[in-house]
Amino acid sequence: MSLPYWSRWPVLLSGVLLATAGAAFADDDDDDNARIRPLNHAAWRQECSTCHIAYPPQLLPAVSWRAIMKGLDQHFGTDASLDPQQQADILRFLEANAGGEGRSRRGEPLLRITETRWFVHEHSEELPKDIWSRPSIKSAANCNACHTAAERDDYSEHTLRIPK
Amino acid sequence: MRFAFITVLLVLSFSTHAETPADFQKQFAAQAQQENPAFTGFSAEQGQRFYANTHGKEWSCASCHSQNPKAIGQHIATGKTLAPLAPAASPERFTRPDKVEKWFKRNCNEVLGRACTAQEKGDVLSYLLSVR
Repeated sequence: MSLPYWSRWPVLLSGVLLATAGAAFADDDDDDNARIRPLNHAAWRQECSTCHIAYPPQLLPAVSWRAIMKGLDQHFGTDASLDPQQQADILRFLEANAGGEGRSRRGEPLLRITETRWFVHEHSEELPKDIWSRPSIKSAANCNACHTAAERDDYSEHTLRIPK
Repeated sequence: MRFAFITVLLVLSFSTHAETPADFQKQFAAQAQQENPAFTGFSAEQGQRFYANTHGKEWSCASCHSQNPKAIGQHIATGKTLAPLAPAASPERFTRPDKVEKWFKRNCNEVLGRACTAQEKGDVLSYLLSVR
């Protein structure tokens, strides 16, 4: 890295912010920080929100984003391919803002946010058994079926409405 | 300053690339002519059948975009709502070459397991434009 000394500070600072955000996710009952730090990256926001909401980069580690972006032509059973330049641009943004959780038990990168310990923990209690199979929800990937403000990175309980 | 400059460039690049569905129709016709010298034109009825039916794979266009292209669609895997595909209901449809190219590439691969011919694209667009 040949970056000048001063330019590293924003990177360090964002590391601290992410660590704080991680601590907030781990705390089940504290809803104050359920608004994930909103990020702005036009290509990410546009390209990653056409078939599902643009999942926040903080929810997977960089190793996962690299694996996901490498296989976009077979993205969870659909073709989500991008032109190479846009793909590289979005990956840089994802890596720069990625979260901390490591690899699966087998040592492979986790490809699904729903398999992270954080997600499982947050969605394990008080939820009806049939929740993911309800036609109104369809899939755990459909965050905004219940988190009605997920598109604005707001996952707080104020905006949570579980449809029948 | 740099941001303003980039914004101006972006606005310029979008405005020079804005087209109408009729422009795409002309391009598809020229390509169809090249692909097949016996090309005689597009058919909205053919396009409707192409749109509604599967083509050897699991999904059709209608699986996500709804049987009625003026209606809001729902992504069959994720459940996300999709703006209607017919330009009569969504005026921004078929106005951006990069988007048109990207989505035909992805979705033809998804529905047919290959690229669409210009005839198929033109037929579908004729159908979508016939929906008022």
